[in-house]
Amino acid sequence: MAVQASESAAPVGTVPAAAPPAARRDRLRFLRNGKTATGLAILGLFVLLAVAGEWLAPYDPSAMSDDVLQPPSWEHPFGTTQTGQDIFSQVLVGTRGVLVVGFVAGFFATLLSVLVGVSSGFLSGIGDEVLSALTNIFLVLPGLPLIIIIASFLPDSGDVIIAVVISLTAWAWGARVLRAQTMSLRGRDYVQAARATGESTWRIIVFEILPNLTAVIASGFVGTVIFAVLSEITLAFIGVADISHWNWGTILFWAQSNQALGQGAWWWFVPAGLCIALLGTALTLINFGIDEFVNPRLRTAVRVRGGARMRVGFTPVARAPRGGAEPTGKAVGARETEETPV
Amino acid sequence: MKFVLQRLAFYLLTAWAAITINFLIPRLMPGDPVQSLLARYQGQLSSKSIASLEALFGLDRDRSLWQQYTDYWASLFRGDLGTSFTFFPTPVSEVIAQSLPWTLALVGTTTLISFLLGTGIGIFAGWKRGSWLDGLLPVTTFISAIPYFWLGLIAIAVFAVQWPLFPASGGYDTSLVPSLSGAFVSSALYHAVLPGVTVVLSAMAGWVLGMRNMMVTVSSEDYVMVAQAKGLPERRVMFSYAARNAILPNVSGFALSLGFIVGGTLLVEMVFSYPGIGYVLFQGVGAKDYPLMQGVFLIITLAVLAANLLADLLYMILDPRTRKEG
Repeated sequence: MAVQASESAAPVGTVPAAAPPAARRDRLRFLRNGKTATGLAILGLFVLLAVAGEWLAPYDPSAMSDDVLQPPSWEHPFGTTQTGQDIFSQVLVGTRGVLVVGFVAGFFATLLSVLVGVSSGFLSGIGDEVLSALTNIFLVLPGLPLIIIIASFLPDSGDVIIAVVISLTAWAWGARVLRAQTMSLRGRDYVQAARATGESTWRIIVFEILPNLTAVIASGFVGTVIFAVLSEITLAFIGVADISHWNWGTILFWAQSNQALGQGAWWWFVPAGLCIALLGTALTLINFGIDEFVNPRLRTAVRVRGGARMRVGFTPVARAPRGGAEPTGKAVGARETEETPV
Repeated sequence: MKFVLQRLAFYLLTAWAAITINFLIPRLMPGDPVQSLLARYQGQLSSKSIASLEALFGLDRDRSLWQQYTDYWASLFRGDLGTSFTFFPTPVSEVIAQSLPWTLALVGTTTLISFLLGTGIGIFAGWKRGSWLDGLLPVTTFISAIPYFWLGLIAIAVFAVQWPLFPASGGYDTSLVPSLSGAFVSSALYHAVLPGVTVVLSAMAGWVLGMRNMMVTVSSEDYVMVAQAKGLPERRVMFSYAARNAILPNVSGFALSLGFIVGGTLLVEMVFSYPGIGYVLFQGVGAKDYPLMQGVFLIITLAVLAANLLADLLYMILDPRTRKEG
């Protein structure tokens, strides 16, 4: 899903160059960006595991055996639990739940944020006031405790329900960014022109405004997926979500409740945590890539600053890393700052 | 002044919204979990605490929703959050009052430390772009993707189990009686090291990234160049010119991150069995203790709102533009 979102981000950067070949070249450049490529590759791997995890798993994740609390070996790459369950299989099978919740929650939260954010940015007056007050309220309310409360009142805590609950608390950030962006687009000449030619409000929103928000929407989506994955794993870890269903949080839940730490069974909780961190990093990298791709200022700013460096005493080491790809790519502006709290 | 009043009005509105959400959640949910809990404790609860639970959870079907709502507010104003089932028969407000200071101390100090440390590192990393400090960036990206509680688990595994340098759980040595004596305070500090470091490490990553990026942006501004050209000492340009402007998004982002940090701290408390409000919430979740969970949510929200108000005041001091409007 993220792949789709990233690709649909391409037209924004290519609006000036209308010819299709240019668009294709640009699209490739998006993928050539080291960060995006790395992020997408890791994400693709996890998606593959989510689809095929159940067939790839060497054992039944819930099946007990006599190999109790074994450290990693060839037979059990991630070791076994106290009841002899194979942790490698648990991680493989659990990938699906994590990704499903992440993407479903990301989808619903993005939908909500587009609905609220764009209408609040496009309307003005009392409608905007009410919607943006609503957005700000949900922005300040601490999300995790709210999710815990709602989820624990629910009689049924399946993956999709949890995802919907998460999305109810996670839409506000995207809505705020979209509102600001819509407000700035609303005053542009081409929107005024569209209005003057008699286009309906709906047409203006869907065909003039929304295409130019694709990038913001895409990066909001990716950010929400990160948040949703973390929240879901947290819920499973504290036992609010359905623990009969394998996901990485469930593994950590059982590890914690069986005193894995006290027994020195590091292999019980390290793989799941590393998978979470790896998935989160991949999604963050994709988001960095979207930022740099879509906002040309972020890209050229780097070059200009690197080229016209007159302040010798000021940043003496700045030239050195120009050869290395890493630090140059890292240079970013305010947009990334906005991403961090998500 | 106008700015402060506006913000105050907004936080009052948010507090009202949080309380109303808290009121509505049990009433909107299918089934009646509280009723069944209440039935289990029938005979042990005094009629007064049954009445307060009914007001909080709307078990009295004869009253209209509006009457329930006014009852709810009335009991909140009395400071009555119902009776906890986990810590039966202690009232929820008392349980929270006992655990809140621990959380406030932990969240307060760690947030402050991580904000100052993260912003400081961000200032240097942004100013000396391209130096070895840039090597920190992939690390911070990685750390910010790790859930707080997992880092806590690793910290316990390494520093409490592998090398038993620090205690793995609890907030103080259980042989001591909580008091303000030197022995107790030092034991509490000793127990706070691992959870504290965990929260600081996790929370710091976001500040470093944000501050660094803003510093990079700001240091190409004209006023920084002018300050350079005037021959001001580099330290002064860095802090008084570049950093002072670059810090503004970090301070306004503080409000948004706070809810996230508090959520993470609750989890860290659960992992470390730290006697704060997060551990109480954890026990409440395990026992399906709805009055306790709702009380905790309410208190956390109010605390976050208060902290946000403080951050707004700080922002007003830092950014003169907000003062001019009033």
